[in-house]
Order: sequence, then C-alpha cells, then structure tokens
Amino acid sequence: MTLHEIIQILQAEPILNGEVRDVTVQIACGSDLMSDVLSFAKPGALLLTGLTTVQVIYTAEMADIRIVCFVRGKKPQEKTVRLAAAKNMILISTFLPMFESCGRLYQRGLKGCSGI
Amino acid sequence: MNNNETSPVPTIGRAQELIYELKVEQAMTRAVVAVSPENTMDDLRNIMREKQISGTPVLEGDTLVGIVSIEDLIKSLAQGQPPAKVREKMCTNVVTLFPDEPIVFALNQFRRYRYGRFPVVDRKSKKLVGMLTKGDIVRCLLKRLETNNIQAELCQYRPGHLFEDVIADRSALTLRYQVEGGNFEHAGNGSSRLKNSLLRLGIHPEATRRITIASYEAEMNVVVFTQGGELIATIEPDRVTVNAVDEGPGIPDVDLAMQPGYSTAPDWVRELGFGAGMGLPNIKNNTDELKINSIVGEGTNLQFTVNTIRADG
Repeated sequence: MTLHEIIQILQAEPILNGEVRDVTVQIACGSDLMSDVLSFAKPGALLLTGLTTVQVIYTAEMADIRIVCFVRGKKPQEKTVRLAAAKNMILISTFLPMFESCGRLYQRGLKGCSGI
Repeated sequence: MNNNETSPVPTIGRAQELIYELKVEQAMTRAVVAVSPENTMDDLRNIMREKQISGTPVLEGDTLVGIVSIEDLIKSLAQGQPPAKVREKMCTNVVTLFPDEPIVFALNQFRRYRYGRFPVVDRKSKKLVGMLTKGDIVRCLLKRLETNNIQAELCQYRPGHLFEDVIADRSALTLRYQVEGGNFEHAGNGSSRLKNSLLRLGIHPEATRRITIASYEAEMNVVVFTQGGELIATIEPDRVTVNAVDEGPGIPDVDLAMQPGYSTAPDWVRELGFGAGMGLPNIKNNTDELKINSIVGEGTNLQFTVNTIRADG
C-alpha cells in the first residue's frame, strides 16, 4: 500500500515528508506503548500511535520504522517533528481514532505484524 | 564491483538526474542588478562594466517591464544615435521562468530562444525574484556533483575493515554514550547515536536493530530510575556487548523485574510509552546473553551481548 493510499484511506494530513507518496508499506502496527512497538513491530512497518513525544521517533528509529501516523487528531510536538526530520522520517496525522484507523487499513489489505 | 570501470557512468547519470531534480530557484542568482527604464544607455554601460554583467532586467518600481543586454548596448552605440534611454532600447517581450520549474525546462528555453539569461518571477505576484544564466546552471550542477562525490567517498569508507587492518590476538572498539537521568527530551539519543555508529561500522542491520532496541530499553531505564549513567558498547569482530551502567537505586529483586508486566515505574512514564514492565523482557528477547548486576543503593550494571556478522561479509 502506498503512502498516497494510506493518506486517502485515513483522510490524513501530511506533517513531514508527506510528498514522498510512492513509498510503500506492507505491514502496520498500532500502539501507544513504545515497548510493545519495540517488541512486536517488524522493520519497515507503518506505526500508528496516539503518542506524540520524541520517544515515538526514537522507537521508530530503533525498530527500523520510517512512517508514523498520529491518530485521533494528535499533532506531534515541534521537537518531535524536528527529530523526525533529522532522521528523514515521514509523519502524517489523522482525526480517526486508533481502532478505526487500524480497521480501515486492515480492511483495505494492510497486514499486521503477527505474520498471520 | 570494479569502481574504475563503473564510476564515469554514474557521474553522467547523476548530472542528468540533477537537471530533472533541481529547480530554477536552486540555481538562480538572487541578488539581481536591475536598471530603470529612465536610465540612459550610458548608465547601463557603466553598470555593466562595474558589475561585470552582460544583461539586466529593467524594473519600473518593482514591476518587470523589460530586459536589456550588452547586444542592445552595442547596437545602440553602432547606430551612433544620440544618447538614448533604456526604455527605447530594451526588449519588452520578456520570456520569464518560475522558481519551481525544473532546470531541464530552463535549459530547453535557453535552446529555444537563444537568450543569455531569463528573469525568474514569482508565480503569483509576478515580481522578480532572480535571474538565471547558463553559467548559474553549470555552477549549481558542479556544486551538487561535488557534494555527491564527497557522499560517495564517505560511503566507500568502510570502517568495518578496521578489524582486518589491526593485528592483535583480540581486538575491541569501545564507544561510550552519556545518559542524563530524568532528561526525556534526549532519552533515546545515546541509542540513536550507537545505531548510526554500528551501521557505519558495517554491523548487520538486523543485529544492529536487536542491539539498539535492547540499548534503548536500557537507556530508558537509566533515564527513568536513576540520576544518570552511561551506555558502553564494546564491539568485537563477532559480537557487540553493551553495558548500561548507573549509580541509581538498584533493583531489589531482579527475577521479579524480569517478569513481563512487572513495573515499578511511576505513572507519568507511561505517558512516554514505557513503564509497562516490558523493558527487561524486551532486552532479553533481543539479545543472546543478558547479565544484571545490581546492588540496592549502589547501582546497576546491565550487560547484554548480541552475536554479529558484519554486513559486508
């Protein structure tokens, strides 16, 4: 699924590097608990989270995640965006809550990290 | 791969890519010398000589009304006419470029009109924002190619060969990162820098991922529970060992702390996405060896090892 499709499905707003629309992801992971992300997310996944601190960016970096979507209308703090920019990540934001964001993407064929 | 055989091709390829990637605004000259239509051609001659330019835009207020070049000046002189104003000699049918147009389009315009320069105007306000000559394009391309070459050289420099270049029965490289207690803005910075260094050293990305996931969890523990400490990474040819050392309160019951879900972290740590009792189990899952030496009131040394195979062999 391309970033362009993700933005459309989630009616999301690009925050950082959103113009790189042909980048694709195969899997996604949704969590507000960064330890869970570090534990279960697969490299190259899309991360959906309601957390907006710099820890999200560090977590994504360690887990080899490049695209982060903030759910339920959350906008990342400025220092979070600056850090993400330094690491060349892509940030988008959707007004949809976590469950609905994940549900819509899953329905359209994006898989989770369980490998099932 | 034989670099001698392949290097000229990517260089040409890169220049071609650049003329599509670069925009007019990246190459244009912003500090533009302009004349007024009321200036005389004599004024123009002096300006051109002083500024060493061969053409200038003509501005009435801040509106672009024409362009005048050294050719217009020569024609005017050759005709031996009485002193004329720029207004009479300038070209008013000005072809302009927009700042967001690609260089390849500008090059086509140069070919099509055979002009020496194009004024660059803002798409909306139509105000002059710069001038573009072929010289500007060449300068910009050369600068970009030079930057590219420096980056390529950096990529070719593989410090992973360090271990093959030194002669010793056993060799190790130590990297140390300070971790500030209670500073959440930088919590993760040590592991982030460690990750960059390991990848630069040619450690396999999958091993690097495991090492730095573990070191990030360990770093968070140092930030959350202690006054600060250090991440010490020891890189050996076949493994990386990280010690997260602090002089914090210590862990009273290590076995209990290792249980998934057990946490003594305060609630606010959960707002950062941690403190759910998954840190130590995560470290264990990502590493090949884990040792925790902790003395209550003195501090903790959490040591883990990940076996590695370098990415380049």
